[in-house]
Amino acid sequence: MIDAREHFQKELQKLNDLILKMGGMVEKSIFRSVEALKKNNPKLAKEVIDEDETIDRIELEVDDLCLELLATQQPMAIDLRFITTGMRIGSDLERIGDLAVDIAQRAEELAKLPLLKPLEDIPKMAELAEQMVHKALDSFVKRDATLARTLWTDETKADSYRNLVSDELTDIMTKDPVTTPRALPLILIARHLERISDHATNIAEDVVYMVEGKVIKHGPK
Amino acid sequence: MNIIETNKLNLWYGAFQALINVNLNVAQNKITALIGPSGCGKSTLLRVFNRMNDLIEGVRIEGSVKLNGQETLGAETDLIELRKRVGLVFQRPNPFPLSIFENVVYGLRIHGIRNKRALEAAAEKALASVLLFDELKDDLGMNALHLSLEQQQRLCIARLLAVTPEIVLMDEPCSALDPLATMRIEELMIELKKHYSIVIVTHNMQQAARISDDCGYMLLGELVEFAGTKQIFTAPRDKRTEDYITGRFG
Repeated sequence: MIDAREHFQKELQKLNDLILKMGGMVEKSIFRSVEALKKNNPKLAKEVIDEDETIDRIELEVDDLCLELLATQQPMAIDLRFITTGMRIGSDLERIGDLAVDIAQRAEELAKLPLLKPLEDIPKMAELAEQMVHKALDSFVKRDATLARTLWTDETKADSYRNLVSDELTDIMTKDPVTTPRALPLILIARHLERISDHATNIAEDVVYMVEGKVIKHGPK
Repeated sequence: MNIIETNKLNLWYGAFQALINVNLNVAQNKITALIGPSGCGKSTLLRVFNRMNDLIEGVRIEGSVKLNGQETLGAETDLIELRKRVGLVFQRPNPFPLSIFENVVYGLRIHGIRNKRALEAAAEKALASVLLFDELKDDLGMNALHLSLEQQQRLCIARLLAVTPEIVLMDEPCSALDPLATMRIEELMIELKKHYSIVIVTHNMQQAARISDDCGYMLLGELVEFAGTKQIFTAPRDKRTEDYITGRFG
C-alpha cells in the first residue's frame, strides 16, 4: 500500500533541502565576509558580494515552491506551519546574506586604509552570529523547539557585544576625529552582525511556532 | 510532445452547443485536469476523445481531434481500436461480476488473446501497476464485487491498463471514494503518469490542484483558460477563472 500523500511529502522534503542549501551558503558568506575583514582580503570580499546573487535566486525558489504548495496542496496542521515557516526563514536568510554583503563592502573600504586597531570583539561577534544561524537551522531540521529557545540568550550576548564595540570606537573617534573613516565602518559591521543575530532569532521563533504551534513573537518567551 | 490536440472543436446536442471552438493540447506523460461548473462541457470533451458521444442521438461534431497526430473524428476511425487506445475510468467503479483475474483480462480476450501465460503475465503487470497485485495475488479467483470501492476502482484502472492504452481518461474517478482512498488513488495517478498520459475531469478543484500538471477551466462550453496548474491556481490570467477558483463565481 502506498502512502496517501507520498508525492506531497517529497515536495516538503525538497523545500527542506532548499532551505538548508540556502542556510549553508549564508553561513559561509558570514564567515568569509569577516575573514575578508580580518585578513584584509578585498578579493574574498568581492566573492561574497558576487555569490549573493545565488542566495537571492534560492530565496525566489523557496518562495515559489511555498506558494505552489499552498495553492495546490491544501496543507494542514504541521505541513501548513512548515510551509509558512519555510517562507519566512527564506526571507530571513536572504536578509542575512545581504548583511554579509554589507560587511564585505565595509571590508573592501577598510582594505584601503591602515588598520585602526587589532580586531578583538568583532571576530567573536561574528563567530556568535554564525553559530546562531547554524543553531537556528539545526533546530529547524531537528524540529527542536528547546534548541531554538537557546537563541534568546545568544541574542542578549550579541546586543552586549555591539554596545561594547560601539562604545569603544565612539570613544576613539571622539578623542581623535581623524580615525572616523576607519572606525565608523567597524561600528557598522558590529551593527550588521547584531542584525544577523536578530534574523537568526526570528528563525528560532518561527521554529518554535512550527513545532509547537505557539506564537512567541513580541511577547514573553 | 502532445498526445491529444483538438482544433476548433465544436459539438452540438441537437440545437444546444455544448463545446465551442475548443483548442486543447494534452501533453504526454502529464496529468491534465479539466475543471468547471456542472454542464460546462468538461465530460463532453472527455467523451469526444474516445467517441463515446457517438452513442448519443442528435450529436454533431465539427473540428479536429488528433490522437498522436492521427485524426479520430472521421467515419473511417475503428471505434473498438480507438477505445483500446483511449481508456476511460468512470465515476463509480464498474467491475464486471466476474473474478478479479477475468476482469483484468477481459479486454485482452475481446482483442483475441487466448494464451494463458500471456493473459497471466498481463494481469500481473496491470495489477502491479495499480499496486493491487501483492494484495490480491492469492485471491485472483475471487469475485471482484467483493472488493472495497477503492480496490474496485484500482481494478477498473488495471483492466484498462491491460490493453495498454495510449492515454487514460478519468471522469470524476474518486467521487465515490472516501478522502483517504481518494488520496491513495491520487498517488496512484501520479505514479501512473510515468508511463501514461492522463486527462481527469473533476468537480473537485482541490484535487485538480493537487495532482495535475496542466489545468483547463471550462465555462458554458468554452475552454476559458488552459495553463500549467501552478499558474492557474496562483495567478490565472482570465478573470472568469479567478472568480471560479476563488469561489466568487455564480
